Amino acid sequence: MKRFAALFAALDQTTSTKAKTAALAAYFADAPEADRLWCIALLSGRRPRRMITTTKLREWAAERAGIPLWLFEACYPVVGDLSETIALVLPEPTRETDLPLATWIARLRALDKAEEETRKSAILDAWDSLAPTERFVFNKLLTGGWRMGVSQKLMTRALAQATGIDEAELTHRLMGDWTPDTATWASLIEVPDPTADLSRPYPFYLAYQIDAEPETLGPVTDWLAERKWDGIRGQLILRGGEHWLWSRGEELITDRFPELAQLRDFLPPGTVMDGEVLAWDSAAATPLSFAQLQPRIGRKTVPKKLLTEAPVILMAYDLLEWGGTDWRARPLSERRAQLEAALADLPDDLPLRVSPRVAARDWPGLAKARAQSRDLGAEGLMLKRRAAPYLAGRKKGDWWKWKVDPLTINAVMIYAQAGSGRRATLYTDFTFAVWDGNQLVPFTKAYSGLTDAEFNEITRWVRKNTTDRFGPVRAVRPEHVFEIAFEGIQKSTRHKSGVALRFPRMARWRRDKPLAEANTLDDLKAMLARYG
Amino acid sequence: MVLEFTEAGIYCPAADIHIDPWRPVPRALITHGHSDHARPGHGAYLSTSGSAPVIRHRLGDIRLQTIEYGEERRIGGARISFHPAGHVPGSAQIRVEVGGEVWVVSGDYKTVDDGLSTPFEPVRCHTFISESTFGLPIYSWTPQDVLARELNTWWAETAASGRHAVLGVYALGKAQRILRLLDPSNGPILTHGAVEATTAVLRAQGLDLPETIQITPETDLKSLSGAMVLAPPSALGSAWMRRLGPVSTGFASGWMRLRGVRRRRAADRGFVVSDHADWDGLNSAIAATGAERVYVTHGYTAQFSRWLAEQGYQAGIVETEFGGESLDAEDSETEGATP
Repeated sequence: MKRFAALFAALDQTTSTKAKTAALAAYFADAPEADRLWCIALLSGRRPRRMITTTKLREWAAERAGIPLWLFEACYPVVGDLSETIALVLPEPTRETDLPLATWIARLRALDKAEEETRKSAILDAWDSLAPTERFVFNKLLTGGWRMGVSQKLMTRALAQATGIDEAELTHRLMGDWTPDTATWASLIEVPDPTADLSRPYPFYLAYQIDAEPETLGPVTDWLAERKWDGIRGQLILRGGEHWLWSRGEELITDRFPELAQLRDFLPPGTVMDGEVLAWDSAAATPLSFAQLQPRIGRKTVPKKLLTEAPVILMAYDLLEWGGTDWRARPLSERRAQLEAALADLPDDLPLRVSPRVAARDWPGLAKARAQSRDLGAEGLMLKRRAAPYLAGRKKGDWWKWKVDPLTINAVMIYAQAGSGRRATLYTDFTFAVWDGNQLVPFTKAYSGLTDAEFNEITRWVRKNTTDRFGPVRAVRPEHVFEIAFEGIQKSTRHKSGVALRFPRMARWRRDKPLAEANTLDDLKAMLARYG
Repeated sequence: MVLEFTEAGIYCPAADIHIDPWRPVPRALITHGHSDHARPGHGAYLSTSGSAPVIRHRLGDIRLQTIEYGEERRIGGARISFHPAGHVPGSAQIRVEVGGEVWVVSGDYKTVDDGLSTPFEPVRCHTFISESTFGLPIYSWTPQDVLARELNTWWAETAASGRHAVLGVYALGKAQRILRLLDPSNGPILTHGAVEATTAVLRAQGLDLPETIQITPETDLKSLSGAMVLAPPSALGSAWMRRLGPVSTGFASGWMRLRGVRRRRAADRGFVVSDHADWDGLNSAIAATGAERVYVTHGYTAQFSRWLAEQGYQAGIVETEFGGESLDAEDSETEGATP
């Protein structure tokens, strides 16, 4: 654990990507094999299941620290992180041990079936034998909230440095349904057997939002345009008579969308498609709103009623594997033509469509098509270079999102709450309201979009202008107007205002706007009627 | 009441005198030279002889008398004496006795011997007025010897990679304490003007501090490789730092105990060191006074006074304009980094 805690400290002490990569590469070169595998697993979101409730952890930590529980709870919002709060209040360890990371994880997992007393003594014993940073890391394993300020991409780059294996190839090898229990360093990293895991997906290619005028991309004829659909990105794999659906977050979601199983009967094994899972209105041949898809995402099993209310389709837009061969290096034009040919003669009622091409003679023509997106249930356009291969990860140059401008509304800040983690000492989480007569009605929260300097300024202001406190939430004097940008609006019974926004954030601090000029509840209702 | 809490600050009616007042008053007792305790505009000042040079340096031409630690003075109906607070060189707690009842105003204090300030001495009293800047059990300071090792290791590594190490520290107290911990064999020690000025004042009053070189527009930074640079926290990341070339940055503060604060400051290193008492320090200091009643003035006042009440003290909160320790100002004059 000392080696892993030292890695954590090294990553935590620097903001330099180069230094982080070097620290990780050094770890991959010399840490024990089982620890290296767990490190990769943790940094790619494969964490061990949470064994102990945080309520118990709080109680035990307070007890060991000799403080009442209320005092522990008073420390937590100041620190902003439970694992760290526990590590900070505990007394100095009385013993020293240095067991490998993998051993600690095995010990934790062994507690799964244990009685509470056994669990408690195991945890207290661990706290008592770990140094402060090791304790913090151990608590992170316990609570499952694992973030080390290292993206999967950076981790993969470090692994490439340590092993000399190509980064994109490694990205692919690390995908799929493995755990440190099922994999070895050799089988995962060094000499993977491609047939060992039929379900293994390809890394998704991710687009950037276009940051210049589209004319700068060159001739419009070099580009293929499609709608940017507002569903969930999915990769459908048909191999060996079975099928798997992977989400972009590398989660297997096959069972949530049982209607896709029938595609096995219509497409040959050795087919892999990239597309968007959409709730679909087949009569109108348009997508249902994201709100209607939402109940399907959270469920592992789907009741019949939901299947009829919100049936899904895969809106396919790319072909990654055909006839068992990896097609990613071929140009989009070729992949796309094969995709269209393969799907051309399928029955109309199959839950599978090809995302239509959006044709235009020139860029202004495409801009006009883009402007219609919201009315068609899309978020804008995707621009893809016809000659481009299918790359791994987020890469600039060949794929661009060209989203419609967000909806905006001017709202009054009425509540503020401190952030957590890095932002624990700043007021960053705000509640906004619109006018209903002379009342302010809260309708959304937002916590991003301002600069650090602006958060600092508003934090000072909040401290001086608090009118009431409800636990960690402060009511503040209505004075500041912010422009709230959002991607969509839905009806909601959970909110007093009757609406719920998608991806709300602060677009601008409208210092120029007097309080009275903030928008009204009627303005919101009009938006709901038009876009909801 | 031996002491009262007024708009202008803590007041002793028997002596008709204020302690560390924040509004101009005729006569003021001053615990130490930080700017939230020693303010301009009073008619007359009384401080320890150890604090006087810095107070004069900061406030200019004022009417200031001095007193030694432990020396008793009768003012009106009160007996007044100053006792070491261990916060910065010359800092004092002020003991006020009226008709046999004793109150002590701690000012700011720490219980750890920093090797520079006269160490904190508990003073028996009936009522103790305490700060609680770090009055939560999450605050516990790195032992001085470990801190010295961490600082010198960082400096040596930074110097070896051809960079300067820039450390954000308060000009009064923290800077000199750090100076005493540094190993000058690692390289030269450079200072920002604000740090140098206060250091010069303390040197002149006889404190033994290593040699420092103030950075001026004429300083040839290229010839001084691998230096340790001491600067006020506000100078880090400012235009002033640019001419230093490649650097590794660090902060030395009690707030560095929190990972969130370390990350928000985006410095390469955080060193956990404070001139205020940590949780154990506050509790042991209060216990040693034998006081029955404790008033808490600044910091985590609500939480700390509730804790003290549960421990059997008569505990109360007094609103003051003392700042505690802040990373956002050159001195400790604004509210702390806590929400």
